[in-house]
Amino acid sequence: MANNEHEHDGIDAGRRRFLTNTLRTAVGVGLVATTLGVYQRQARALPATAIRPPGAADEKAFQSACIRCGLCVRDCPYDTLKLAQLGDDVALGTPYFTARDVPCEMCDDIPCVKACPTGALDHALTEINDARMGLAVVVDQEACIAFLGLRCEVCFNVCPVRGDAITLDYQHNRRSGSHAYFIPVVHSDACTGCGKCEKACILEEAAIKVFPIQLAKGLLGKHYRLGWKQKEQAGGALVTPDQPHEYNLPEGMRYDYGGEGLIKEGAEPATPFSSNPLDTLNRKGGL
Amino acid sequence: MEHGGIPGRDAVQQKGWWRANRFLVLRRISQLAILALFLLGPLAAVWIVKGNLASSVVLETVPLTDPLVLLQVLVSGHLPETAAIIGALIVLGFYLLVGGRVYCSWVCPINIVTDVAEWLRCRLNIRGSANISTSTRNWLLGAILLVAGVSGSVAWELINPVSMVYRGLVFGMGLAWGIVVAVFLLDLFVSRRAWCGRLCPVGAFYGMVGQVAVVRVSAIRREQCDDCMDCFAVCPEHQVIKPALKGAEKGLGPVITSGHCTNCGRCIDVCPQDVFEFTTRFSNSRLAVSGINPKREVSS
Repeated sequence: MANNEHEHDGIDAGRRRFLTNTLRTAVGVGLVATTLGVYQRQARALPATAIRPPGAADEKAFQSACIRCGLCVRDCPYDTLKLAQLGDDVALGTPYFTARDVPCEMCDDIPCVKACPTGALDHALTEINDARMGLAVVVDQEACIAFLGLRCEVCFNVCPVRGDAITLDYQHNRRSGSHAYFIPVVHSDACTGCGKCEKACILEEAAIKVFPIQLAKGLLGKHYRLGWKQKEQAGGALVTPDQPHEYNLPEGMRYDYGGEGLIKEGAEPATPFSSNPLDTLNRKGGL
Repeated sequence: MEHGGIPGRDAVQQKGWWRANRFLVLRRISQLAILALFLLGPLAAVWIVKGNLASSVVLETVPLTDPLVLLQVLVSGHLPETAAIIGALIVLGFYLLVGGRVYCSWVCPINIVTDVAEWLRCRLNIRGSANISTSTRNWLLGAILLVAGVSGSVAWELINPVSMVYRGLVFGMGLAWGIVVAVFLLDLFVSRRAWCGRLCPVGAFYGMVGQVAVVRVSAIRREQCDDCMDCFAVCPEHQVIKPALKGAEKGLGPVITSGHCTNCGRCIDVCPQDVFEFTTRFSNSRLAVSGINPKREVSS
């Protein structure tokens, strides 16, 4: 009986040990997996200065497809791309570039995309001007010398999509009263995010910078309807046109809708000032 | 003959230094030569191989892709381009033929680190060993695929020491040396063969590939075994030897059929009795069916 019990204990102890060991391994591996899961979420936080190669999808999709082989880096003729090393802020082993160091030269044949074995860089991208690596933003209007009224236009001139991605907006310089500002304006429908503007910016710290698109781009609410665009598309106003208002006006006055406003029939122009400045000066009571 | 001491010493006396170390030397040559091929491009602008072990292109034409990395990509929800799929099939086919864990012992750079740790562990007589189950790697393999599937990200490659070191050597290390040191210290102090033998999910994957590998080590002259235990001492997966070497009565062996045999050939090296030999996995059935005395193949 005693012997029997002992045997029973032995079996139980063996089973207990097996279960304990299995549980221990499972819990240990579970901890590693949980940590890894949390870490990979953090690894999706791409720093603002790290730009992905052309054809890369958003960060989540990119990190499910990139196997960190570095073939895009190898086929980049300008040594623009590099692989993130342990200790960098970018997800380990993934390709990126820093525009201020070496921007993308926008090769016509896009060798980096062709080299990608998994399609993490989308092979459907065949026209480099369609690439959207990031978006240039004039981040500092206080430092950009164009906003100081000085001539620069370097970003405008180095832009590979010159005249489309960056245009110059002429504005009156009210400080000097007689000059123009040549303000660089970036257009997201043409900017590829190559970073040549950021690289070329003459400031100590660039005033125009390329950011990943999700950082650089706002999004207008879907409920907005731009009346002037809809009018253009439809060939006429879609809302009820403004009616000429009926005002209770004094005798001899009328209101001209779409014209000069309040009009006194058969009288001189509505302005109280005569075209001859001397009349105003000589008027009784003066100014 | 007196047994014990440094494993392999008897073999050197019996067979000479070269025959007692040739597979070790050949493995180191293989590991370093493959690394050299990858480095020839960036260092000498000779582009025979481009990329790294995750994926590469040989002579601008043949794609090669790590099947485990590609599996993670598939699980995480991305359908790769054909180049990667063809590359993975080529690599998979190769390892199905020569043994999955040939990757571990003939290619992987971490193997050099863990082998040195083991060598030092033996010389310094470090005995203590944390009890980490050898099946942990299978759990880890499952876990990394699960994380890839749930998160939709090739998450394991963020921390995988194997790919990290290779990529580091070819593209720039960063702080990856720290990981190399960590693996070294783990194997030296925490547990014997802790990384390659217990934890590494890459090894677990290739172990599964190796289940049906054609090239295998066989204890073809097992009746000559004098129980010196040198093969057990050097084998990184010594659980694989026993069924083949001592399984005659149970009708097992003499071919080592476990997928976890890395085909490193170190047992062939260190055996003073020349028990082991590289054969195919079919030697087992051939011997069993024909009943030929394996002794006939004594090398001249």
